[in-house]
Amino acid sequence: MEKELRLMKGNEAVAEAAIRAGADGYFGYPITPQSEILEYLMEANPEETTGMIVLQAESEVAAINMVYGGAGCGKKVLTSSSSPGISLKQEGISYIAGAELPCLIVNVVRGGPGLGTIQPAQSDYFQSVKGGGHGDYKMIVLAPASVQEMADFVDLGFELAFKYRTPVMMLSDGAIGQMMEKVYLSPQKKRMTTFPDWATTGKKATRPRNIITSLDLESNGQEIFIQKLQDKYNLIKEQEVRYQEFQTEDAEYLLVAYGTSARVCQKSVQIARAQGLRVGLLRPITLFPFPSKRINELADHLKGILSVEMSAGQMVEDVLLSVNGKVPVRHYGRNGGIITTPEEVVENLKSIFIEA
Amino acid sequence: MFEIAGIREIVKPENLAYRKSDLLTENVMSYCPGCGHGTVHRILAEVIDELGLQSDTIGVSPVGCSVLMYNYIDVDIQQAAHGRAPAVATAIKRLLPEKFVFTYQGDGDLAAIGTAETIHACNRGENILMLFINNGIYGMTGGQMAPTTLVGMKSSTSPAGRIAKTMGSPLKMTDIVATLPGTYYVTRQSVHTPANVRKTKKAIRKAVQYQKLDRGTCFIEIVSNCPSGWKMTPVQSNKWMEETMFPVYPLGDLKTPEE
Repeated sequence: MEKELRLMKGNEAVAEAAIRAGADGYFGYPITPQSEILEYLMEANPEETTGMIVLQAESEVAAINMVYGGAGCGKKVLTSSSSPGISLKQEGISYIAGAELPCLIVNVVRGGPGLGTIQPAQSDYFQSVKGGGHGDYKMIVLAPASVQEMADFVDLGFELAFKYRTPVMMLSDGAIGQMMEKVYLSPQKKRMTTFPDWATTGKKATRPRNIITSLDLESNGQEIFIQKLQDKYNLIKEQEVRYQEFQTEDAEYLLVAYGTSARVCQKSVQIARAQGLRVGLLRPITLFPFPSKRINELADHLKGILSVEMSAGQMVEDVLLSVNGKVPVRHYGRNGGIITTPEEVVENLKSIFIEA
Repeated sequence: MFEIAGIREIVKPENLAYRKSDLLTENVMSYCPGCGHGTVHRILAEVIDELGLQSDTIGVSPVGCSVLMYNYIDVDIQQAAHGRAPAVATAIKRLLPEKFVFTYQGDGDLAAIGTAETIHACNRGENILMLFINNGIYGMTGGQMAPTTLVGMKSSTSPAGRIAKTMGSPLKMTDIVATLPGTYYVTRQSVHTPANVRKTKKAIRKAVQYQKLDRGTCFIEIVSNCPSGWKMTPVQSNKWMEETMFPVYPLGDLKTPEE
């Protein structure tokens, strides 16, 4: 079937893509700048068409625990929120990781800490890729840079979540969530009719009862389990690294940026090249697993790397770890909902690495 | 699982006066002697068994003494984060509406940290059975004050007794949820005498059957004891419960369907 072309907000694209992906349930709570996801789904009322359940929970805490319950039944379920709401979900995310449940969590990031601002930011990087909740867990983190990718990563997110029995986060931001672009939507998928053998669907005579839990009071058992989780994360690091490169072949300087910042930096590369500077861009698509190996390879031929983020400098730490001292790595970013301009990036690249 | 030495010698077929439901596993329960949890587990398992619902049941266990409920009742069970069982059960029931879904929570879980989830699941009229074991104390963490602790009652965090002015008064969650249009059947029972066990079992059986009608939340509070936390013998604890708990938490139906 042909893909359907529509003009949509990023948030709307997530909602429509979830219906088309054959999701079984969405559980959310309003918060700017992502409320359109819940609003769109309530308006679309997919329960009447695909049978997908849409529920407005009493809190982000309840919503993520609804996701836990649905995922425990082997269903395709998702939630979305924005930064302060995602903080509230961290307990549930930790339980979901600990119980090895598949689900999709969309974070349309706004600036912070605290109530911060409703404007876009990328300051939840640490929270997303370094844990966020308690315990030794990771989740796969996908960083869309367009409305198209906000739609595409719903399907990809579910695919990876079920493949590895792990929560997947789509780390977007208020700019991509709110802006309108054309988007090609996939045809409607049927909802699943068979469920994983671990799911709580009612104990059949043919199998032992299924238990969804993250508890193991025996230290030996808990250690073995945590090691098993780490093995899974290592497998994810080997198999699921995704990134995009722009004009890195002959680059002397590399910009590393994801999401909205990556779009800005694509223009920065053009501006810099017009001034005779050999600048390239690497855009991580997966933030966990991080494209460390590729950045390390590129570093062999670079004079410097600039990590460009709408934060006070978070991803820059992973870039530093990736190159392990091979080349100078610096951070440039704006905060508080301000999106850097392509020109600013070039000026800073020059003042940091060339004029200095 | 650990096993009490010699228990299989004692539990010989010829010594059995009563046979447990097949839905209770062989695992030795971790509950203290005299605790009501084991009895509630037993009658719940019996009802599910008698109604032939094993393959159609999904339970949600809490955080607290009954966190390991999944080791004792042979049905599919999800273990929820502290206080979140009603939210977890909401999604299970919405996504598998043909299944019998129940939650099992203590007073700290349901009436303190999970107050919002409890009230809102009931207010949406989620078609689930909520079992609420109220013994007025945090048992598993070692006897701290709960929202349901009586005024004057001693606990490890109210060593001089609960003072209403600074620590609040007993929170009557069952009375609160009974006022919500979303609840269909709300009752308060106990399991400290054979007669009360039978009444509670009857209430659970009714609630399970009501779930097929899809009329709203069924909520059963079971006022129970905590001999360890209360620092009493099982017999003393039951007597104290009758004399001191029941005046504050009177047994009986708070809301019954118009049949």
